[in-house]
Amino acid sequence: MAASKFPSFPLSRRQVLKGGAALGLGSAALGLTPAWANPWGQSNVYPQGIVTGPEIALDIRRRTLPIAGRNARPICINGTSPGPLIRLQEGQDAVLRVTNLLDEPTSVHWHGLILPAGEDGAPGISFAGIAPGETFTYRFPVRQHGTYWYHSHSGLQEQLGHVGPIVIDAAEREPFRYDREHVLLLTDWTFEDPARVMRNLKTGEGYYNYQERTIADFLADVRENGFKETAQMRAMWAQMRMSSRDIADVTGSTYTYLLNGHAPGENWTALFKAGERIRLRVINGSAMSYFDVRIPGLKMTVVAADGQPVQPVPVDEFRIAVAETYDVLVTPEADTAYTLFAEAMDRSGYARGTLAPRLGMQAEIPERRRIADRGMEAMGAHGGMDHASMAGMDDSGMAGMDHSNMAGMDHSTMAGMDHSTMAGMDHASMSAMDHSSMQGMDHSSMGAMDHSNMSNKDHSDHSGMLPAGAAQPGSQYDQAGIGIVPGERRVLLYSDLKSFAPWPDRRAPERELELHLTGNMERYMWSFDGKKFSEVSGPIHFRKDERLRLILVNDTMMEHPIHLHGMWMELENGAGELIPRKHTINVKPGERVSALITADAEGSWAFHCHLLYHMDAGMFRVVKVS
Amino acid sequence: MKTIIVPMATCAAFALQAMATAHAEDGYDAPDDWPSPMAEHHTWAATFDRLEYAFPDKGDETLVWDFEAWYGGDINRVYLKSEGENIQGDNEDAEFESLDLLYSRLIADFWELQGGIGYQGGIASDDHPERYFGVIGLEGVAPYRIETELALRVSDEGDVSASLEAEHDVRLTQRLFLQPRTELVVAGSDVEEFGVGEGLNSIRAGLRLRYEITRKFAPYIGGYWEKRYGDTADLARAQGEPTEDTAVVAGVRLLF
Repeated sequence: MAASKFPSFPLSRRQVLKGGAALGLGSAALGLTPAWANPWGQSNVYPQGIVTGPEIALDIRRRTLPIAGRNARPICINGTSPGPLIRLQEGQDAVLRVTNLLDEPTSVHWHGLILPAGEDGAPGISFAGIAPGETFTYRFPVRQHGTYWYHSHSGLQEQLGHVGPIVIDAAEREPFRYDREHVLLLTDWTFEDPARVMRNLKTGEGYYNYQERTIADFLADVRENGFKETAQMRAMWAQMRMSSRDIADVTGSTYTYLLNGHAPGENWTALFKAGERIRLRVINGSAMSYFDVRIPGLKMTVVAADGQPVQPVPVDEFRIAVAETYDVLVTPEADTAYTLFAEAMDRSGYARGTLAPRLGMQAEIPERRRIADRGMEAMGAHGGMDHASMAGMDDSGMAGMDHSNMAGMDHSTMAGMDHSTMAGMDHASMSAMDHSSMQGMDHSSMGAMDHSNMSNKDHSDHSGMLPAGAAQPGSQYDQAGIGIVPGERRVLLYSDLKSFAPWPDRRAPERELELHLTGNMERYMWSFDGKKFSEVSGPIHFRKDERLRLILVNDTMMEHPIHLHGMWMELENGAGELIPRKHTINVKPGERVSALITADAEGSWAFHCHLLYHMDAGMFRVVKVS
Repeated sequence: MKTIIVPMATCAAFALQAMATAHAEDGYDAPDDWPSPMAEHHTWAATFDRLEYAFPDKGDETLVWDFEAWYGGDINRVYLKSEGENIQGDNEDAEFESLDLLYSRLIADFWELQGGIGYQGGIASDDHPERYFGVIGLEGVAPYRIETELALRVSDEGDVSASLEAEHDVRLTQRLFLQPRTELVVAGSDVEEFGVGEGLNSIRAGLRLRYEITRKFAPYIGGYWEKRYGDTADLARAQGEPTEDTAVVAGVRLLF
């Protein structure tokens, strides 16, 4: 709150991990990675790397550190990147003094924490940012528990490693027990300057994609599906001037995927004793990368999503969107090593560690899957745009009619993965939908015409609204997403998420607010309702204490993790009174999702896509609650 | 030449700046001295799409470049484009076939409308005749990912000409590309000094095999076939130049 001049000594220095040496950890690992990543877990013997207590001091500065064995210059928090684990107690008043030792302004946003608007850490919205040499003191009451994280909200600093985990211990006993816990923080590191990454994305479509379709893929498809069908399918994509392999904008061709700051080859190891129940707090602190997380040989039980307790779901694998967190319990019975495997969604790389009874062990690393081709669901995104303009004319009909048709078309064909029916059935009608003319149109101006009008419209006619908690037609909560073969293993779905107990506000929504996720892949422009942040004239308005339904329609061909600051989004996945709440919602290509929001947090809040370069390109809005 | 280019560039840069900063901030709570929550930055790119040495069957060996650079935002940009050649052993300096300074505006997802001025002539020498143009162009990606560049030129003498370039990348592997490329020039009137005849001037069709060592550095080899037509062909014959030729090329594509 009060900014004071920075004193000339470092405020806080993390102690060296003395025990690490005794355990035979290489000296290279000492002092370079955060101590919460110590192999025994933080409920155990080495609490040094955790910052805790009534007042916490953090200093932000650039340091030269090795990452994946190469010299790098990440932004460090208290000397490490990722930063220290901030451990808070539910019910305490947190005081966090953040000192900026960079030569540019910085900030820390406490991702997923419900707090006063002035403490949220989004520069230009909640405060001015932290100038070089200054200390900003954040003060807020801690009114929740679970697994969260913190990161810079200034420019592209997050890509430089300005991230760290937050664990808030519950005031009352949680509904599950465990013997040990580990934080698994996933990040994506590049040795390139983030500004250069952005420029590359702006100048070359598919710049980082080295898994595009080639002649060989074409011939393989011809062998499998025949020439006519393959040619039709490829012609459709070519006509749209898009790539069905566009799964990730920034890939393993520049990223090294890190687990707790360690590259796969470094084999970061989390220790356990056979028979213990272990809580893994998995955080996706990546700038751009979705991961599919699994531990071959172990069933995982998901017990919390985005820090909020959920009904236990046993799974073999879960997809974690950027900025999401999942808590899972595992109980390894055998005295053996297990691989912690987090495969990037586009299969261009992975983060990896080992869960082992002793250091120095490792288990087999699973083979990476092949990159998947996007199918009809992504093209549905373009169909979706047609529907959007239709929606402008007929609100009530929209919810009930159009989108269910869309959804019906996309899903059935996709899930089955039956290329023959897909090609045979839809292609004709797809091309009849006149994609070429659509492509020729200016999406941004289109957005300007249709979508904004639509979103400003209060859908206050209750007759056309679905009951609270019901899944929107066009949602894909029962699908794991691109690159996951249905039935291969049990994968967490959004439809699995049920709150452990009902949340207090059970009101039905008073109104609906619909926003379209829009973009121009070729230009790397990203926006809501066809307008970049620089093009909108003011904030999205929430009335204080109203209950509203936010509908997000993804008109693009990419997944977008949409994050609202300051308030929970209750995901309307059909879970009835056990509606789960999230701070970040993944919206798949062509998907239509909805969330209920209780607008109880007065002030201005950031609302954006949590893919860093999408946000920076303009997929960002301010929500004002008053 | 510089006397025209410099003020033009200045005007274009100002136009760009004015458009980029003109956005309202009404309704936000933030005090004036707070930064914008999400600042947009201008960016730039520069490419030698072709920088190659041609070994023609009949004509002289030639160094050829095809350069393009831009600066700006998502919608408004300033382009500097140049194509030219230096014929080896003719004791003349290199020549700009075109040197264009253009304002560009995104008018559709895949298309930019461009307009500005152009120059044809020697680079800082009097070896080649000079002329200036007004240029209107359309640049973008046509369906089936065909990179397209269309330019309509009116010279300072009132002569009208148009050119169309189209190229397409066939991905053989993740780094190996086969690129067919065609170029077509038409003119509305004879301009003998520049070897231009009325009607269809020339067609050139080429094929290049490119290996992207990185996205920024990609050597290639290839060849092209070229034919001149009508009055243009007559003018070439009068100069003792071939009307139809083939060439082998070796070059590099550079991205900065």
